[in-house]
Amino acid sequence: MALTRREFLKWSGTAGAAAAAMCLGFDLMPVKSYAAGLKILKAKEATTICPYCAVGCGIIVHTKKSGKLLSTEGDPDHPINEGALCAKGAGLYQMTVNRNRKRFPLYRAPESDEWEEIEWDEAIQKIAEKIKETRDATFTEKNDKGQVVNRTTGIAHVGSAALDNEECWLLQGIMRAMGLVYIEHQARI
Amino acid sequence: MTNHWIDIRNSDCILIMGSNAAENHPISMKWVGKAKDKGATLISVDPRFTRTSSKADIYAPERSGTDIAFLGGMMNYILSNNKFHKEYAANYTNASFIVGPKYAFKDGLFSGYDPKTKKYDKSFWAFEKDANGVPKRDLTFKDPRCVFQLMKKHYSRYTPKTVSAITGTAEADLKKIYETYAKTGAVDKTGTIMYAMGWTQHTVGVQNIRMMAMIQLMLGNMGRPGGGVNALRGESNVQGSTDHCLLFHIWPGYLGTPKASLTTLADYNAKNTPKTNDPLSANWWQNKPKYMASFLKSMFGETATKENDFGYSWMPKIDDGKTYSWLDIFDEMYKGNFKGFFAWGQNPACSGANSNKTRKALAKLDWMVNVNIFDNETASFWKGPGMNPDEIKTEVFFLPCLTSVEKEGSITNSGRWMQWRYAAAKPPRGPKGDGDIMVELFEKVRSLYEADGKFTDPIKNLRWDYVKDGKYDPHAIAKLINGYFEQDTTVKGKSFKKGTLVPSFAFLLDDGATSSGNWLYCQSYTEKGNMAARREKKDPTGMGLYPEWSWCWPVNRRILYNRASVDLNGKPWSANKNILEYKDGKWIGDVPDGGWPPMSNKEKTKRPFIMKPDGVGSVFGPGRVDGPFPEHYEPLECPVPKNLMSSQRMNPVAPVYGTEADEHYSCDPRFPFVGTTYRVTEHWQTGVLTRWQPWLLETQPQLFVEMSHELAKLRGIKNGDMCKVSSARGKVEAVAMVTGRFRPMAIQGLTVHEVGLPWCFGWVYPKDGGDSANLLTSSTGDPNTRIPETKAFMVNVEKLGKRRA
Repeated sequence: MALTRREFLKWSGTAGAAAAAMCLGFDLMPVKSYAAGLKILKAKEATTICPYCAVGCGIIVHTKKSGKLLSTEGDPDHPINEGALCAKGAGLYQMTVNRNRKRFPLYRAPESDEWEEIEWDEAIQKIAEKIKETRDATFTEKNDKGQVVNRTTGIAHVGSAALDNEECWLLQGIMRAMGLVYIEHQARI
Repeated sequence: MTNHWIDIRNSDCILIMGSNAAENHPISMKWVGKAKDKGATLISVDPRFTRTSSKADIYAPERSGTDIAFLGGMMNYILSNNKFHKEYAANYTNASFIVGPKYAFKDGLFSGYDPKTKKYDKSFWAFEKDANGVPKRDLTFKDPRCVFQLMKKHYSRYTPKTVSAITGTAEADLKKIYETYAKTGAVDKTGTIMYAMGWTQHTVGVQNIRMMAMIQLMLGNMGRPGGGVNALRGESNVQGSTDHCLLFHIWPGYLGTPKASLTTLADYNAKNTPKTNDPLSANWWQNKPKYMASFLKSMFGETATKENDFGYSWMPKIDDGKTYSWLDIFDEMYKGNFKGFFAWGQNPACSGANSNKTRKALAKLDWMVNVNIFDNETASFWKGPGMNPDEIKTEVFFLPCLTSVEKEGSITNSGRWMQWRYAAAKPPRGPKGDGDIMVELFEKVRSLYEADGKFTDPIKNLRWDYVKDGKYDPHAIAKLINGYFEQDTTVKGKSFKKGTLVPSFAFLLDDGATSSGNWLYCQSYTEKGNMAARREKKDPTGMGLYPEWSWCWPVNRRILYNRASVDLNGKPWSANKNILEYKDGKWIGDVPDGGWPPMSNKEKTKRPFIMKPDGVGSVFGPGRVDGPFPEHYEPLECPVPKNLMSSQRMNPVAPVYGTEADEHYSCDPRFPFVGTTYRVTEHWQTGVLTRWQPWLLETQPQLFVEMSHELAKLRGIKNGDMCKVSSARGKVEAVAMVTGRFRPMAIQGLTVHEVGLPWCFGWVYPKDGGDSANLLTSSTGDPNTRIPETKAFMVNVEKLGKRRA
């Protein structure tokens, strides 16, 4: 009988543990008592893929009911990493639960030597205005040869290989719809 | 990767060169280890004895920037000792093709070179064709104008003695490695290559990879388990972001960005759709018009019609002959030619070559938007070293985003597996998901254009039915990427209702009846569900393909070019390497590269390399801008007075930028040592995500410069001393790490020292942790791709004093 580690833990955590133990032919009680002490026992479990290199290791994310991140660990069922992780992947928890994260949009005015916090609405409004102003001022309908090019060369964009596929597609879509041709990201370098 | 991570275990010989898998892709070593357990040999070639080297059966050092010389010598060994896989090379590569009379090679230059424009006319390298327009072949390889003979002649110049004098690798080491790797030319053996930026970040980056691909083709290692050409990609979704083409030269699915001269879709299709006269060539790219029309339908939805060329003219065009690459962006920005700039999920002030040029360029902008989780050297460039905020006019917006466990979507790993991630943790108050930021920003821009503005068509017509109530929905976009039938349609005898998801790209059409945001991902999200979320762990072939775990492009094919893994009768070249077999009229195993019968069925077969117009692997590559055969050239900055192979010191067509920030020197006593950059396990890329994490920072707290005992003695430096490392373009302060892992090399009668620095640090955080090693690197690059040459440059190292407490 083949059991994954997670199924094994699930079995051991149920009332049927004793029966399961009989099926398995060995005593699950030590595992049960260990699991009972874990803070992830009643945690919600979701799978994710490591956000660092492109090996694509599986990671299990444990959260409280409130959504608070409790822990991350290598996914033993994932065929590539089989539960193993490198130092970065093993520390994934700390990228999210981290007091150094920036919480609100920041704005630096021309010639200023400091950041100021601004509201999202204001940031989006201001950036959108900058885009329109720059696009309209630099938009080229025809190049020197008279060929239709419909582009703006006043704005460039880089990033990002850290985005999800769906975000990448959307981003290329909106940038190209706005007429950008200078679009690049990590893959180039 | 043509293959995938688990497949490494099927290899008999693993060459790790141009990468340091043990430290930068640590879990990949699990599969290297499994191969070794079964008797495989691991070879590590690296300027520095890395942790990968420590696991290797054979290690040899080489000077940075000399890989073509190293591998050219290997090709010479393989061809002159008949170690290649003859039947494979004859049938599945262009080694038998006859090259036209205009092809020539002399003193480092191929024919067709124009010294004024520094460009080649590639028509000089065309194949000779028969009356039907099919390339002529000599399957015996005897014709002196066949690729095999030209290649043999070309690489006969790469003798062990010459190669050793260029690379600094001992002749005995070269011999041992050549002999060992060439054994994978045996029919029952396969060898693989694991490379990364150590090969790509050069003025000969593309030809480095081609050189190895040619070796893999000649040894019969392509398409086979334990073989292939495997790029170890460095970012979790850099495969996906490349596939979706956040790049100037391609649109999603590798559709070339239209040039200004191609004014209609018909012009584009005529120019960009490859043609073949060979009835045995599948020439899969002949389907490009279907993918192009389907992409435009996904961009503009119902407003894209046959009558308006599906909105082709709404899309921005690039000028013929001009590049808009990373290096060009920062060159133009440095010259003050941009007003606005987005650095979205990226930290160019540290990640790009020649960081001083990049940082000065940012100061010339009117406005910049940076989206990131943490503060970084790009966002805060205006208060960085050497900057005077009072004089910098750039308005900067920093938008905080979510981490990968706080949002939902897919990423594609190096083995092309598209894997789904879930929103597991509740985001903190404040930051927003990148997708939501994109939606909000574009909706705002569109609303501003409601009243007036330049050329509003593409902004108003951008398809937006996948956004509901201003909310980003990854499932809706994943479906759009897969594609829909846009009307009731019958294709290939099957009828589909409007609004149905397209089952695979074989059903895409060029008449507007289908949409697909990216044809390569068509089949990833179908009426059967979200393929990327699958977690079924079956392995029917026993070769580690796991076909129902996630999904991989194209059409869930786990090993590319897999029909080259079988002989002409459809049997695996050897029974121990079986991922695919033609049995009882059908293919068993991996998803084959097309369902045609094997080559012995001359009526119905197609050649295995279906993406190539000739249907075979290109050992002769007439499509590259710098020559059909890789040739050794020195990096822009090098320690030797001349290139031993020819009088062309550097790649004659490599771009060299000319601002005062682009100074470069070779053989200059002020910068006598070779420099290179690398990464450490504990940090990721520029360190923007990892330096802020106390656990990781504690393990790797600051910049170091690694050097040999000999160099340290020469400069009076002790392990732990603070040093200044400088190049023509910048300087950094770093702690000396004196090890036996770098050794001086004897090259052209000179003693050449090489030093290395990780590029994961930056001035923002931690304080006194050091700055980016890219302050030292140069902004030249490969002429095909314009990837910067950040892996080989010249530096000086001086002692500053004892390490700070």
